[in-house]
Amino acid sequence: MSVLIDKFDVFAGGFWLTLQICVLAAVGALILGAVLAVLRISPVPPLRAVGTGYVNVFRNMPLTVVMFFAAFGLPALGSNADFLRVPGLDAVFSRLDTDLPYFRFALIALVLYTAAFVCEALRSGVNAVPAGQAEAARSLGLTFGQNLRYVVLPQSWKASVVPLGSVIIAMIKNSALVGFFGIVGDLSQTADQLTSAEGYAFVPVAIGISIGYLIMTVPLGALLDRIEKRQAVAR
Amino acid sequence: MRITRVAALAAAATLALGMTACGGDDADEGTGAGSKSFAAGSTMERLNKAQAIKIGTKFDQPGFGQKGLSGKPEGFDVEVAKIIVKELGIPEDKIEWVEAPSKVREDVIVNGTVDLVAATYTINDKRKERIAFAGPYYEAGQNIMVKKDEAAITGPDSFKDGAKKVCSVTGSTPAEEIKKHVKDVATQLVLFDTYDKCRDALKGGQVDAVTTDNVILLGYIAKDEASFKLAGENFTKEPYGLGVKKEDTDFRNFVNDTLEKAFADGSWKKAWDDTAGKFGAELGSAPTVNRY
Repeated sequence: MSVLIDKFDVFAGGFWLTLQICVLAAVGALILGAVLAVLRISPVPPLRAVGTGYVNVFRNMPLTVVMFFAAFGLPALGSNADFLRVPGLDAVFSRLDTDLPYFRFALIALVLYTAAFVCEALRSGVNAVPAGQAEAARSLGLTFGQNLRYVVLPQSWKASVVPLGSVIIAMIKNSALVGFFGIVGDLSQTADQLTSAEGYAFVPVAIGISIGYLIMTVPLGALLDRIEKRQAVAR
Repeated sequence: MRITRVAALAAAATLALGMTACGGDDADEGTGAGSKSFAAGSTMERLNKAQAIKIGTKFDQPGFGQKGLSGKPEGFDVEVAKIIVKELGIPEDKIEWVEAPSKVREDVIVNGTVDLVAATYTINDKRKERIAFAGPYYEAGQNIMVKKDEAAITGPDSFKDGAKKVCSVTGSTPAEEIKKHVKDVATQLVLFDTYDKCRDALKGGQVDAVTTDNVILLGYIAKDEASFKLAGENFTKEPYGLGVKKEDTDFRNFVNDTLEKAFADGSWKKAWDDTAGKFGAELGSAPTVNRY
């Protein structure tokens, strides 16, 4: 188990990089997922179709395939995802603004994939609001936007918290894939390097890596439990 | 209990003998239990008695160990392993090939999953802590592959200024080596699980170079001479050895003896010419086996 102490800086670096990916991807997925959810519950049929189509495609595709599309499909189409090179952000997220596009590719894949699940989690919350509420709001003459803003969403988010949390936890675990698509130094790729290049036994390394992921996921789960207890929807 | 076990062993041995005797279609003579005798209790004797051997090799390394449509791996590593197996008196069709990617090579030896590993296995001290190497049977060297029209990269020092980007395979010796030459790993190094992906990244322009052992690069260049070339000379020495259990010195000596014999009688050179030699790499003179 001495590898955990000897190579602590490697594990810590891997943890830091994975955390960066997860934070950025979570923000992106929540924004995109919210937009998709609004599309899916909107009264305009073509918009609904767009939202439904998106969710059906990305929810039913393996993440590995989405990753392949991002890491090898985008370059084939001549894109290096340079639109993500937002100036200023690279102060924290050092990999965002490099010439190597693989961090950005991984981010795109994770966001696109996770957004479908975020959308469904939000929609399940909306569905938990009794239909009478929205109907009452409509009959008062509120527009679709006002209806969402003042009546439906304030009630729905409570029901969405737990499924949303599950989606984000799943996303953190899914981020283990990015190390196999060109990114150097995230948690899962670190395991690869320590075991095959430096010859450490696999089990201690795997334990170290697991601890890294647990540090990210367990507190999140505990936080969600607390929110759920405090904001329990009275039925 | 003990008696039945001995009886069972005896029965199994007789059966094995009987089967090989009735087989009669062995491609080469001099195989079959009993045709060779080894020291009692040695690994050689055990394998010869069992008439079976498990060998770990690569399934995705052109010229060294690549599993093609035939369903059996083919390449230089595979041929060298076959020379050893023949010396053990075991027919070729009794070899069980086990895929041994870089990550698990030490583990499969330590756990006894395989009896021998021949998988472009660079001899180094870190690995010697857990296993032992016979050989070397080939000396490769790390090199750099670039696009045909690339003029700025001439060797590993071309990455020192932090501008040029390079690709290798995660967990490999060349990847660790090139880390010493780049200015910033985060912005210059890309690692994939296979060299095919590196080649695609080079083609697509995401990276400027691919680095690994020269023989692997020559394999790619042989397939696509219009696009790629080597940049400069080999800058490391990568002696390939055969991995065996650390404490099994008898077996290691046996493998070393067999290798020396193969260097002398031309079978080693033939193995090369039939496989990786087709890519145009120089075999050079036979290496000196290292009996540490």
